[in-house]
Amino acid sequence: MREVMTKSMARNIFYGGSLFFIVIFVGLTVHSHIYIVETSTDTAGLTESVARGKRVWEHNACVNCHSLHGEGAYFAPEVGNVMTRWGVIDDPEGAFESLKGWIEAQPSGIEGRRQMPGYAFTDEQIRDLAEFLRWADRMDTQDWPPNEAG
Amino acid sequence: MKYQSQSVAKAYFVAAMALFAVQVLGGLLAGWIYVAPNTLSEILPFNTVRMLHTNSLVVWLLLGFFGAAYFLIPEESEREIHSPMLAYVQLAILLLGTAGVVVTYIFDLFHGHWLLGKEGREFLEQPLWVKLGIAVAAVIFLYNVTMTVLAGKKTAITNVLLLGLWGLVVLFLFAFYNPDNLGLDKQYWWYVIHLWVEGVWELIMASILAFLMLKLTGVDREIVEKWLYVIVGTALFSGILGTGHHYYWIGGPAYWQWIGSIFSSLEVIPFFAMMSFAFIMVWKGRRDHPNKAALLWSLGCATLAFFGAGVWGFLHTLHGVNYYTHGTQITAAHGHLAFFGAYVSLNLAIFTYAFPILKNRDPYNQVLNMGSFWLMAGGMCFMTFVLTFAGTVQTHMQRVLGEDYMSVQDGLALFYWMRFGAGVAVVIGAFLFIYAILVPKRQEIISSDATVAAE
Ligand code: HEM
Ligand code: HEM
Ligand SMILES: [Fe+2]
Repeated sequence: MREVMTKSMARNIFYGGSLFFIVIFVGLTVHSHIYIVETSTDTAGLTESVARGKRVWEHNACVNCHSLHGEGAYFAPEVGNVMTRWGVIDDPEGAFESLKGWIEAQPSGIEGRRQMPGYAFTDEQIRDLAEFLRWADRMDTQDWPPNEAG
Repeated sequence: MKYQSQSVAKAYFVAAMALFAVQVLGGLLAGWIYVAPNTLSEILPFNTVRMLHTNSLVVWLLLGFFGAAYFLIPEESEREIHSPMLAYVQLAILLLGTAGVVVTYIFDLFHGHWLLGKEGREFLEQPLWVKLGIAVAAVIFLYNVTMTVLAGKKTAITNVLLLGLWGLVVLFLFAFYNPDNLGLDKQYWWYVIHLWVEGVWELIMASILAFLMLKLTGVDREIVEKWLYVIVGTALFSGILGTGHHYYWIGGPAYWQWIGSIFSSLEVIPFFAMMSFAFIMVWKGRRDHPNKAALLWSLGCATLAFFGAGVWGFLHTLHGVNYYTHGTQITAAHGHLAFFGAYVSLNLAIFTYAFPILKNRDPYNQVLNMGSFWLMAGGMCFMTFVLTFAGTVQTHMQRVLGEDYMSVQDGLALFYWMRFGAGVAVVIGAFLFIYAILVPKRQEIISSDATVAAE
């Protein structure tokens, strides 16, 4: 290999090639950013309530038990499509009612079953969470997950 | 120890090992909650335990990298560190932040507060004030090591190492960007997560491995450094566009399915190259270095990284496969072996190599250290296998047959018990390792003289 390539050639290929791929990646990033804002997500429907719901989701570290669009922990069910699973994706009031019922029934306390903590949310927080989950469920995720089980 | 200021590395390594202990104990507890789910469920729920487990992992690996940089840069640059004082200040900030994180998570202090409360995106849960502290510490660090390198001799090893460390810090800045749009959030979240472990951290890994190979095998520097550039080249050429393997199902355009599949498949190459490099160097090397344990960890690192990142990564990276396996126990299996092989073993290799030199003594307790390697490596491999089985069953039942998540999980209990058993082996191994490194001993088992830093 000594004859084929010298150290300084290897170094220059490394710098030049990396720069080349960084430029392409930045270009695709810009395009994907626009695509996400304009095509795959409901930007018009991203209300104050959805944004607040996202903060509730974060402040309670839900993602460290659940997955959301397949990312997060694997200890509890996927919630990126939970509103579809519950049949309330187009029904804000139903989504709120179902989520409220669910949250208030936790922790189940059943022996040997994984426990979801109990949260003392206000109605507004639950509504925000429901709106956030409905919004996330409406994203175009290239038909993922394969079925309702998530 | 050739340079006095190298001793700052000792403080970093000791802090790193303490957090390593916390990390594996946290993992063990999380694994226990999987099999006995009512454990502590009201006081310390699974999500808190998991945050402690993953965050302590990342922080101790970073402490290890910083320590490794402070250890090897003086030797490479042939001069003392610019300011050992700043290095200690940096460590103090990081430790304060770590303590803050632990207390904030466990007691859920300042819930929802914009500065003091936890932020709650996976792996980036730290409160904003801690993130700012990390950024300040990082700037101090970059200043300190860059000044050292600029004033001294420049080698390919310090070049690549610095590039990796600068990249690490720059990419961390994306942790401060959290848009309301979940799709955008995810897109840039991966800038930190993926471009770290499959980008700039690989530069750090390759340069530290190159340093170890140089010292342990005595192979010609020219050859080592040429290989180094080739390896990090293949890492970035594949890893940057390889980010696409996370953009399949989060709202990105469909072209990522092809770009991601192709380039992330190529990510196997740098890991294969690092493994080949390590073995060829040892084979060609003329030096019979007395620190056998450091050599074992170095070779183990390259090999397990190839399997954990390369093979287990490829296993689920093609979009047609990932459509079914995305976010199952397959991901957990891969995450464990990849992190352990590439970055845990790397750190343990440099600790094993550096400690005798830092303490100016023989590399004693080598047999114990090597025993801990086999215990940890065996435990992690077993854990990876059982999680892969669990993930395969889960994928079929849940993703193909469409059965409900919770009932599928009930059927996986046996695998989770075996994962717990594997975890016990890893914890014992980790404690043996720490003992072997820190606790002094009189009689030598393998050899006599390794206080001389090679070269
Ligand atoms: C040392 C290097 C690597 C480390 C430390 C690592 C670690 C991880 C971790 C922790 C995750 C889970 C992230 C989450 O929580 O969502 C992950 C996901 C993933 N990794 Fe890696 N990885 C490495 C290299 C690779 C390579 C080389 C490939 C491909 C050949 C790969 C393919 C993947 C894929 C496809 C996923 C997404 C899995 C899913 O869809 O759920 N990884 N990796
Ligand atoms: C005592 C041994 C260990 C046990 C029992 C254990 C157990 C666990 C458990 C139960 C989880 C949560 C999985 C879930 O979300 O459902 C987890 C996550 C994780 N652990 Fe460990 N762990 C151990 C050691 C380690 C080690 C040594 C490493 C690093 C090499 C590690 C790295 C990780 C990572 C990166 C994640 C997040 C994975 C992802 O998001 O895909 N663990 N671990
Ligand atoms: Fe990745």
